[in-house]
Amino acid sequence: MDGVALLTIFILSVFVGFEVVSKVSTVLHTPLMSGANAIHGIVLLGGIIVTGVAETPLEVILGALAVLLGAINLVGGFVVTDRMLEMFKPKKAPVPTDQEGAA
Amino acid sequence: MNTPTWAQLTNLAVAVLFILSLKALSSPKSARLGTLIGAVGALIATVLLFFTGIELDNLIIIVVMIVIGSAIGLVSARRVKMTQMPQLVALFNGVGGGAAGLVAVVEFLHADGSGSFLFWLFTVVTVIIGSVAFSGSIVTYLKLQEIMTTRPVVIPAGKWVTMLVAAGTVGVAVWAIATPEFWLILLLLALSLAFGVLFVLPVGGADVPIVISLLNACTGLAVAASGYVLNNVLLLIAGTLVGASGTVLTSMMAKAMGRPLTATLFGAFSGTTAGGTTEITDRPVRSGSPSDIAIMLGYAGKVILVPGYGLAVAQAQSTLRELADLLAARGIDVDYAIHPVAGRMPGHMNVLLAEASVPYEQLKEMDEINPEFSSTDVVLVVGANDVVNPAARTDKSAPIYGMPILDVDTAGQVVFLKRSMRPGFAGIENELLFDPKTTMLFGDAKESLTKVVSSLKAL
Repeated sequence: MDGVALLTIFILSVFVGFEVVSKVSTVLHTPLMSGANAIHGIVLLGGIIVTGVAETPLEVILGALAVLLGAINLVGGFVVTDRMLEMFKPKKAPVPTDQEGAA
Repeated sequence: MNTPTWAQLTNLAVAVLFILSLKALSSPKSARLGTLIGAVGALIATVLLFFTGIELDNLIIIVVMIVIGSAIGLVSARRVKMTQMPQLVALFNGVGGGAAGLVAVVEFLHADGSGSFLFWLFTVVTVIIGSVAFSGSIVTYLKLQEIMTTRPVVIPAGKWVTMLVAAGTVGVAVWAIATPEFWLILLLLALSLAFGVLFVLPVGGADVPIVISLLNACTGLAVAASGYVLNNVLLLIAGTLVGASGTVLTSMMAKAMGRPLTATLFGAFSGTTAGGTTEITDRPVRSGSPSDIAIMLGYAGKVILVPGYGLAVAQAQSTLRELADLLAARGIDVDYAIHPVAGRMPGHMNVLLAEASVPYEQLKEMDEINPEFSSTDVVLVVGANDVVNPAARTDKSAPIYGMPILDVDTAGQVVFLKRSMRPGFAGIENELLFDPKTTMLFGDAKESLTKVVSSLKAL
């Protein structure tokens, strides 16, 4: 793909990125950051691509390291974000407390 | 090598999934779905990449590395304590930046001197931004994990050293673009890594979340640049999305914390962010016994609990909930007042309290709870300091001046559970501690709360 097409995609993505998170409650700042953090873990694909064509041992070692780090970022990022958000589910916690009180 | 059309369309679909994911993450109702959408998108993109006909010479190594990396990510994300979650996010961000930097280095080696000007430009940009994000995130991790001091680290002539390293980085970058030689890339790596460290060292603890968010946006940009280098549209879009939304998020966070973004950034250079004193003054304060406090709370009509990071450190969330339940059982009106940056990051305290099964409805955000303090009999502040410091409203010289705070000082009585008289994260003294209506109970938050709870039961 030529440079201008990539530049077009880049500029449009910047605007989408700005718009998509314009109004966020402070409560969600951390999960949102963590979610975005997970998304850039897609750099894993870059690691796979360069390792796939790597020739010298140095290229293979560095490429493999990139794959490793990318996978940590991608998988860990999504899992930790999900763990944070798990906490926001509406809780049924008051119910058992009431029963304790009654008993 | 041409990417098949179906693969290009899949990339487009995944890019849309990432946009929807960020959109969903912006609203409490759909946030969890947002994570799922993003993860599904990433999974589709990764699996399909293997079938697009790209050259895959070291397939076994690649697969093994993916498995190991996924396992490390999964286990660390599942095992981390919720109090330590911010530093894990910082660490994940750092490794992402490192991965982008490495991708660019490998691509540089592989190109072996042949490439367009733009190719070298973006390769160099990826190396720089990726390395800064990597080393900067590692330093924020060390700060949050308290392996190193959370206070600003000011090295002699640090400002000049930082500027020199920055200038050197730019100089070597230009040189490397003009004459792409590997030793220049190595030099660039070293300088960029050093710059990341120098950039984050002088940042005070209170500004660390903002810096993490900024470095997160940086990693996004590094990934976008690597997408250009590899001619991969998905990396370009995903990286740009994170870079742009991360920048917006960074400025929103800075606003919520009452710290202009420029102050954080340029403060990082001059070493003056959220500085202050660690001195302990010997002015008299009124301290009470756990049973005094139990009586105050037990005979109040309305109580507001203000949890801070001290509560989280002491792992006392459940004990605080027990106290709240006891008070509620006595017919007392109990609410939790959550400052936007209570804990270590925006929204961190909500997560910690939700983990201790505190009902979501009892958590009141600052704007909602502030008018209620004046009609409150007792406010119990547990392990918080800066977020209730009236100096943010009155003292123009205070580093936290202008930060929105909880108006605890308008309540009838205030009880502080604190480890010591030491100032908070921002390093400034809190006048409220010396106010006649304030009672102090010194000690570990969990021990203090446990004592208050047992006294309350005995009432």
